[in-house]
Amino acid sequence: MNALTQDTSSQNLASYNFAYLDEQTKRMIRRAILKGIAIPGYQVPFASREMPMPYGWGTGGVQVTAAIIGRDDVLKVIDQGADDTTNAVSIRAFFAKTAGVVTTTATPDATIIQTRHRIPETPLTEGQVLVYQVPIPEPLRFLEPRETETRKMHALEEYGLMHVKLYEDIARNGHIATTYAYPVKVEGRYVMDPSPTPKFDNPKMHRSETLQLFGAGREKRIYAIPPHTEVVSLDFEDHPFEIQHFDQPCAMCGAEQVYLDEVVLDDKGGRMFVCSDTHYCESRRADGHCGALLGDEPGLGAEANTRKEAM
Amino acid sequence: MPAATHTPTVYEGGFSDPVGSSQAVFRALMDAMARPGSVQDLPVVTAPPAPLTASASALLATLADADTPVWLDPTLMKTTEVKDWIVFHTGAEITPHQSEAAFALVASPGGLAALNGFSLGTQEFPDRSTTLILQVSSLTDGAALTLEGPGIKGQASLAPDPMPPHFEAQWQANRAAFPRGVDLVFAGPDCVAAMPRSTRLVREGA
Ligand SMILES: [Zn+2]
Repeated sequence: MNALTQDTSSQNLASYNFAYLDEQTKRMIRRAILKGIAIPGYQVPFASREMPMPYGWGTGGVQVTAAIIGRDDVLKVIDQGADDTTNAVSIRAFFAKTAGVVTTTATPDATIIQTRHRIPETPLTEGQVLVYQVPIPEPLRFLEPRETETRKMHALEEYGLMHVKLYEDIARNGHIATTYAYPVKVEGRYVMDPSPTPKFDNPKMHRSETLQLFGAGREKRIYAIPPHTEVVSLDFEDHPFEIQHFDQPCAMCGAEQVYLDEVVLDDKGGRMFVCSDTHYCESRRADGHCGALLGDEPGLGAEANTRKEAM
Repeated sequence: MPAATHTPTVYEGGFSDPVGSSQAVFRALMDAMARPGSVQDLPVVTAPPAPLTASASALLATLADADTPVWLDPTLMKTTEVKDWIVFHTGAEITPHQSEAAFALVASPGGLAALNGFSLGTQEFPDRSTTLILQVSSLTDGAALTLEGPGIKGQASLAPDPMPPHFEAQWQANRAAFPRGVDLVFAGPDCVAAMPRSTRLVREGA
């Protein structure tokens, strides 16, 4: 099993407060988080700060994590389900360095999980907080570029255009082609962008045991879904919401009903599908589960780093 | 009453570990807000002048600063030391106007005849609302409230004491304004609970 690991890569952060942010900034973010929880799905504006990493690296999620993390927290960071990408490793190292916290790749050991684009397969619990890195928090932005207008649409619950766009999608493709950032309605009120997670993960947001916090750094928005909150993916009576289905189990661990990534094996068109959640896959293999490919070519998965989205 | 005569106590009793204390207090409050009705332990990290309590002052010191005007109820306004302690330890301005307050600190909830004088935010910016911190002597000994809504699996129960008069009617009105509305934080002895505006009260026997 994965033991707790302490990331040790050093960063050039000459002097910094605990978890990098100054206390005034933390207070401001904390106030925004509380409003977000009180108004589920509503995007709370906040004064996003410059972080020692570029936008696109999850500065919104990093600021949320920095505002809530304490010395006793155990942090996990995933990027597309994997703990070992540059982005995930850098963010773990950042908090190990600035907050001195223990980090882990094991989902059940984490008290805070910061994520880019996936929800872990292992069900999350009451003692955990899930922090999403969000690039574009406004689900209506593609319909209406003006912030003043989208804000009005949320205020008046004018979501008709959103439904029309989804329906056009059906008319054109025969099904709803939107597979990422598939819009949801929270507690029957706000339409919300679940961040670019695959729609496969949308049902995990519904009545979750875990508090879910969303941070968009460049767009300066924080929003939240409290535990046990209704999260419904938008759909139509004649075209109900459906998650992606995979024809085969994970080639490494044999898991079904999980989200799979397509991995290219060679330049002759060889490929396989494996769990996007690397910790989940590793734990299953450690428990003796075995996929179709693993028996023939042991150790293949650990080195397979050419990841491509399955859908 | 002499104006702004600072006694030594005004400068004392703040966080001894501002970073660690405010984080611990915030996490307790965040959990309370995310799970309405749940009672979360609060560390004792402040020693304010009476009648301001340790838990209410710790919550305020965690959340308030120069950007957040604070309204005090008449019980707290009577005590110069309380005002001075808050101004010194948070940097917040004390406002006489409920509608301008980011936070309202209430030592005598029984005197709170109306919630709707506070800022409820706007339809477009419902976050621009007042958060009320009510000092209560207990979260379990008062009349039981049955709660439903986001953060609650099925139903939750909370029994703060004392409470504002006609609370059920006041809360129904607050809930009806959603997404506008005030959020309530109950500061009990070494503990905290919350009722965000999303929480619904279930009528007994309904
Ligand atoms: Zn697998």
